[in-house]
Amino acid sequence: MIEIFQILLTESFWAASLRIATPLIFGVLGALICEKSGVLNLGIEGIFVAGAMAGWMAVWLGAGLWGGVVVAALAGGFFGLIHAILTVPLGLSQHVSGLGVTLFATSVSYFSYRTALPNVSSPPRIEPFRPLEIPILSELPFIGTILFQQTALTWLALFMVGLVWYVMNRTGLGVAIKAVGDNPNSVDAQGLSVYGIRIGAIVVGSALMALGGAFLTMSAFDAFFFGMVNGRGWICIALVIFASWKPGKALLGALLFGAFDALQVRMQTEVGAKVPSQVFLAAPYVLSIVALVIAARRAEYPRALLTPWFKGQR
Amino acid sequence: MIRVEPRNANSAIFSYGVPILSAFVALILASIPLWLAGAPVLISYVEMAKGVFGSKFAFSEMLTRATPLMFTGLAAALAFRAKLWNIGAEGQLYLGAIAAVAIGTGYIEAPAFILLPLIIAFGCAAGSVGMVVPAILKTRYGADEVVTTLLLNFIIIIFLQYMLEGPLKDPMGLGWPQSSPILDQGMLPPLMERMRVHSGLIIAIVCALIAQFMLARSVWGFKLRAVGENVFAARHAGIKVNRTILGAAAISGALAGMAGVSEVAGLKGYLTSDLSPGFGYAGIIVAMLAGLSPIGVVISALFIASVFVGADSMSRAMSVSSYLADLVVSTSLLCVLIGGFFSRFKLVRAKLEGKN
Amino acid sequence: MTSSPVLTLNGLSKTFGSVQAAQSINLELFKGEVLALLGENGAGKTTLMNMLFGHYMPDSGSIDIFDSSGTANQLQLGNPQAAIAAGIGMVHQHFTLAENLDALDNIMLGSEKFLELRRNKSRAMQKVQKIMNDSGLVAPMNVAVGKLTVGERQRVEILKALYRDVKILVLDEPTAVLTPQEADKLFDNITAMTQNGLSVIFISHKLREVLAFSNRIAVLRHGRKVGEISSKEANERKIARLMVGEETKVFSRKKLEVGEPVLEVDNLTISGSSKRESISDINLSVNKHEILGIAGISGNGQTILANAISGLVKPSSGKIKIDGENILSFDPSNIIQAGVGRIPEDRHKDGIVGQMSVAENMIIEDLNSSKIQSRGLLNHEAIMRYCSDLSSKYDVRGPGPNASARLLSGGNIQKLILARVFEAFPKLILANQPTRGLDMGAAADVANRLLEARQRGSGVILISEDLDEILSLSDRIMVIYDGKLRIAETHDRETLGLMMAGEAA
Repeated sequence: MIEIFQILLTESFWAASLRIATPLIFGVLGALICEKSGVLNLGIEGIFVAGAMAGWMAVWLGAGLWGGVVVAALAGGFFGLIHAILTVPLGLSQHVSGLGVTLFATSVSYFSYRTALPNVSSPPRIEPFRPLEIPILSELPFIGTILFQQTALTWLALFMVGLVWYVMNRTGLGVAIKAVGDNPNSVDAQGLSVYGIRIGAIVVGSALMALGGAFLTMSAFDAFFFGMVNGRGWICIALVIFASWKPGKALLGALLFGAFDALQVRMQTEVGAKVPSQVFLAAPYVLSIVALVIAARRAEYPRALLTPWFKGQR
Repeated sequence: MIRVEPRNANSAIFSYGVPILSAFVALILASIPLWLAGAPVLISYVEMAKGVFGSKFAFSEMLTRATPLMFTGLAAALAFRAKLWNIGAEGQLYLGAIAAVAIGTGYIEAPAFILLPLIIAFGCAAGSVGMVVPAILKTRYGADEVVTTLLLNFIIIIFLQYMLEGPLKDPMGLGWPQSSPILDQGMLPPLMERMRVHSGLIIAIVCALIAQFMLARSVWGFKLRAVGENVFAARHAGIKVNRTILGAAAISGALAGMAGVSEVAGLKGYLTSDLSPGFGYAGIIVAMLAGLSPIGVVISALFIASVFVGADSMSRAMSVSSYLADLVVSTSLLCVLIGGFFSRFKLVRAKLEGKN
Repeated sequence: MTSSPVLTLNGLSKTFGSVQAAQSINLELFKGEVLALLGENGAGKTTLMNMLFGHYMPDSGSIDIFDSSGTANQLQLGNPQAAIAAGIGMVHQHFTLAENLDALDNIMLGSEKFLELRRNKSRAMQKVQKIMNDSGLVAPMNVAVGKLTVGERQRVEILKALYRDVKILVLDEPTAVLTPQEADKLFDNITAMTQNGLSVIFISHKLREVLAFSNRIAVLRHGRKVGEISSKEANERKIARLMVGEETKVFSRKKLEVGEPVLEVDNLTISGSSKRESISDINLSVNKHEILGIAGISGNGQTILANAISGLVKPSSGKIKIDGENILSFDPSNIIQAGVGRIPEDRHKDGIVGQMSVAENMIIEDLNSSKIQSRGLLNHEAIMRYCSDLSSKYDVRGPGPNASARLLSGGNIQKLILARVFEAFPKLILANQPTRGLDMGAAADVANRLLEARQRGSGVILISEDLDEILSLSDRIMVIYDGKLRIAETHDRETLGLMMAGEAA
């Protein structure tokens, strides 16, 4: 027990938690926007891969880091658009379409990577985002290390939490997204386009998801590996239920998750000999399932989630 | 202005035509990535066809590859029929394989007619558990089975790595994380001389026939369909919904587990952590392409296996990435989805009279 | 009426597949007028209004809107936004409210810029307040709509339209969910609004309120306008004949000696998650040869009471006895075995599996019977024979036993369910809103079947919000309000209406 407390008191632990949480923050926010509009986006896992690959590839081909971020977002938006067309105007099964987009985005990314780099033994590296060291603030004890040694993408993620909260709760657009996810007819009757709002929400949400992937190749690591997303997208789908579709809680959930993950890595070095390392490796996935089971009972799903809506049929 | 209107009757042309057309379109669309990768398109297709139909061996390889896809395809099809989203066939496959290896590598010494059924039974049971657990989490706690089965895939693969480094590790394996080989009498007999295709294929086809018959003609299948199509009406009519869902989960998991058994006890002989190149996920595509019909699964598994085997051999010959196969397969899923839409709905152009 | 027209519909037509839903309909609406659009289900009322509001594209015809100077402007068809801009507001029968938002957000939805950084809720509130004062329609503005009562929701719907400065307001079956007293109040409000220049079209099939509250009545039948009459010159008999083409039937209900009780409910209480899903201290009994009518406005606990008797929910406390036997395990299959036939409220959702065949839906409650299966395998021929027998006996018309049940019309779906229920010879029949949404012919069929069951010796519980139906069929009447059930001593409209509104009678 004492070891755990010692870990919890180190700065590096909290810095790592925030780092691990960053891609999840993007992913949960993206999933939140999609689901609030009434569409489950299981394309998330593949969109992570696409974002990771596209962002990295753009930088490797000579674009700037922010150029890579934009490319990643566009790639995410593109695959989001496919899901949106299949599930909104065509009203197809959101489950199957999402899985299809995940498989498609993943295979497009892998194929493109292999085609661009046919014969590399070790993945080529790029110069990733560096921690933003802010003078004076970075020198602060504890907080300085945790907050002010993160990269710009982490800051972007935190900013997005605030932005998504503001849009959802303080603007007419947010009201419309929430309404379309509860009762599409309410939006239709007021002369707004159900399809337009839903497609827009999915495309924007997917772009955010892709930024989570981009963080992996452009900030957490400096190269693209096969299998590097490793279920992070699916974890986001569990976390968004845990967060009851609220941006603030989504941040909290992602941070808790990051803290747990950082803790297990450190525990592994402490007690590694006694417990098989796989117990720690499996912990994040087990934790997600536990979180889902706890949250599922009281979860208030957006009422129109999974229900297609067709114009003129009521 | 274009409006969506439902078609009144589902004609046979659509239910057979759409999947075939989708598969065809996906194959044609593959010319785009081929062209982008700089490969001569037509020759690539010829190479692909040769990879499947070029020799008896090539064809038997395709059948070998189709076998696990039939099992995972059936697993997905039966679960999806009950609107139980089993996305965990990949994990359940490994559970089946682990169980098969656990009792097939010398733990029990018995003649083939005892050992083989035992291996199959344990493999199916293990796969079954892998789906019944998320089904219970769904029926008892309302936890979405899509997310739980997806996450369980990762957990089970980590568990597999533990087993291969620990309890199941082959002492003669030169330190590689792999299991001991399954005893000879525990292996599924091969079907052809000097070919890898094995009797798992026959079991898969028999499973598909039984599933088809049970779905259409048994009370069990009736209940499963009713629960899948309209859970409210099924419950109102006195069908025990949770029991039906758990039953579907058990059978679905068992079929996925059987895929694992068939791969270790039919093909490889021992277990490694790369036993399945995503058979579980591909099974979803097989099932969707089959329109969730068990007999259809057999045919669409043959198609998907042809794409994989053909693209593999083509990529060796033309030095195009073998991920092309995944690309074709996932494209065919998207195509069949869109095709499914047009078989259920038609687009009607509403006349706009010139009064605007 | 001397004032000028505000709206004319010129020869509007619309076909769906082979159904001619509207056939060159002409209609005029004058300023400050209440026009009633009367017709049976499927007569074309809602189709016509959906064309007016731009939800449907007419096949032919045009719509003119007149501005204050009296000049006609052609309305762009098939475009709800154009209709809104032209000052047309529609209150749908099924509310179009987002329940997770408060009333004010629902009202503001679509009338503000998406990306305005600061929403001016206080200015909107002022405007709504003024409308509430003028019209007398009051509803809480800052509570999530999901928590409002049905009456409040309807007022929000109307306020939503008025907020858009409508000149023409269309109300689709506005009183379907209201008590007679609430309905009267609503019509008072409407009268107040028309005095400020608003023109109102209200759609209804209730003769009484049409006569009492409109200036003019237009009657639709089978997609055609079959008559137009000033309300002063109309009477019930006259417009009923226009509406159905013949005089309405009165059911002959023979007096019968009631028998033993088949259902006894003692102190039944269910605490659901919301008020609409709760009932408390329900006591009732139904005897052989008897129809017990339960009147009440939807959402007062009928659904949950029916669910308990169907075995879909487990009571928090209290007992249900069928034929003297206590029900211990609340599961639909047990209830069916105990001899209860159930006609569900939502026949599409709970009554049939739409993708399965008509034949399969006929046997779905009877899967253990040796008539249709042996050792778990279905006997296809026997099922087909059974289905065609029942289809002719109960007059289920459709594309045949192998066709998907979803292809049947509402009336035929209900007949399918009746066939299934009646062939089990139930001791008790629970009919929840059995004629809702059916046309008069099908509704009469259902009513006659219920009377036949009573004759045969079943006990029947008839839950309905149609007071006329309750009055004409029931031997005894109870009223449900706010989860509580009370006996109606006198069977007159006035008393029942007051009880349905929760007032002592």
